[in-house]
Amino acid sequence: MLTKRIIACLDMDGGRVVKGVQFVNLRDAGDPPECAVAHARDGADEIVLLDITATSDNRQTVLDVVSRTARSLFVPFTVGGGIRELSDAAEVFDAGADKIAINSAAVKDPTLIGEIAARFGSQAVVVAIDARRVKEGSVKSGFEVFVAGGRTPTGRDALQWAREAAACGAGEILLTSMDRDGTKSGFDCELTKLVAEAVSIPVIASGGAGSPQHFIDVFREGHADAALAASIFHFGLEDIGQLKRELQAANVPVRWPC
Amino acid sequence: MMAPNMIAETIVIVDYGAGNLNSVKKAFDYLGANVVVTSEPEKVATAGKIVLPGVGHFSALGALVNMGLREAVLQGARAGKPLLGICLGMQWLFEGSDEAPELSGAGIFAGRCRSFPSSVKSPHVGWNSLAVKEGSRLLRDVAPESFVYFTHSFRAPVVAATAASTEYGTPFSAVVEKENIFGVQFHPEKSWNVGLLMLKNFCELD
Repeated sequence: MLTKRIIACLDMDGGRVVKGVQFVNLRDAGDPPECAVAHARDGADEIVLLDITATSDNRQTVLDVVSRTARSLFVPFTVGGGIRELSDAAEVFDAGADKIAINSAAVKDPTLIGEIAARFGSQAVVVAIDARRVKEGSVKSGFEVFVAGGRTPTGRDALQWAREAAACGAGEILLTSMDRDGTKSGFDCELTKLVAEAVSIPVIASGGAGSPQHFIDVFREGHADAALAASIFHFGLEDIGQLKRELQAANVPVRWPC
Repeated sequence: MMAPNMIAETIVIVDYGAGNLNSVKKAFDYLGANVVVTSEPEKVATAGKIVLPGVGHFSALGALVNMGLREAVLQGARAGKPLLGICLGMQWLFEGSDEAPELSGAGIFAGRCRSFPSSVKSPHVGWNSLAVKEGSRLLRDVAPESFVYFTHSFRAPVVAATAASTEYGTPFSAVVEKENIFGVQFHPEKSWNVGLLMLKNFCELD
């Protein structure tokens, strides 16, 4: 049976993991390759490495980290942050990423999605959408797309944009609720369901994970194909295995044992 | 993780210009295999073992013919060299695919690749379980219901040579195996220890 994926996200700033699990058994808890492999060993189905560094002179650092990580990480590996054109994506793939995540650049120029997909396949293109609830009437679905780390409104309807991204050749949608991000109050199931039912490509829910029940809810009610969390262990879970065991007990199909 | 044996024989990964072959190469590198990526027919035909990867659209396999690689792969296979098709590379081992009906596959396995039934979302992306048949050399020591990572829109039929099947709307071939010819629909290079075990088994084939 196809299982629901648990995706661990490492936020990286200047080549160091700044949010995510702090493993006691690691020599260097901030080292992305070590963190990534530790998550995979723990049962993460996939790793997302997100470069949140605001400067563009950071590219070589990112590529070095991607390359070191890919050498011993044998689960799907997505890299996002700072990818503005096809050549940026090509560099990240060359360094060893399996997928790239694009956000602002895709909103600015949706043809970028198709360009990357034509060269590396749709399965390698994740379109990240940051959505926020807005007052009724401003956009049709009630969820607006924000860019620049969720700071800048675009006036675009998140549901419409997800459909367009899929039509352009995106392989997956990484859907973050800006309202829930960092709150630990649960995923936005309404937003997730809206998008998951509108596109045939997988939807990864993000923003708001705070307990195993939140994952159960977003899979059952939100119809998410996968759920992503950065600070997954900060709410009292021992490891991803424990989360998966709780999901299994609730009859959510997961890859466990793995 | 497993301790890899040293493998002297050259494994070639066939590069026909489609997608990203890094991940496959890295997995073989990790296992200590002597692996090269090439688009030269001569190197393919004379390799110890051949890996035919592939992502994207079935039509990408048209390049195999244009680059003289189709005949090189088949020549190696006829000479008894182990051949492993991954994802699209596995689908190519069948007669063809509805994704690009004008293009014929190698026809080593009977049947055509078709899309998934409309009852399920397509593409099929994520970790799904295998139903492993006994006796497979590629799946030696692989637990019967292991999870592996898939990403594809078309699927190969279950045939006599199916060594493991997977269910997504309908059962399909996840692994095929006949003598020296092997195919996997999923990505062993992205399927954690289970996938590495299969690649190690492939490396160690006589």
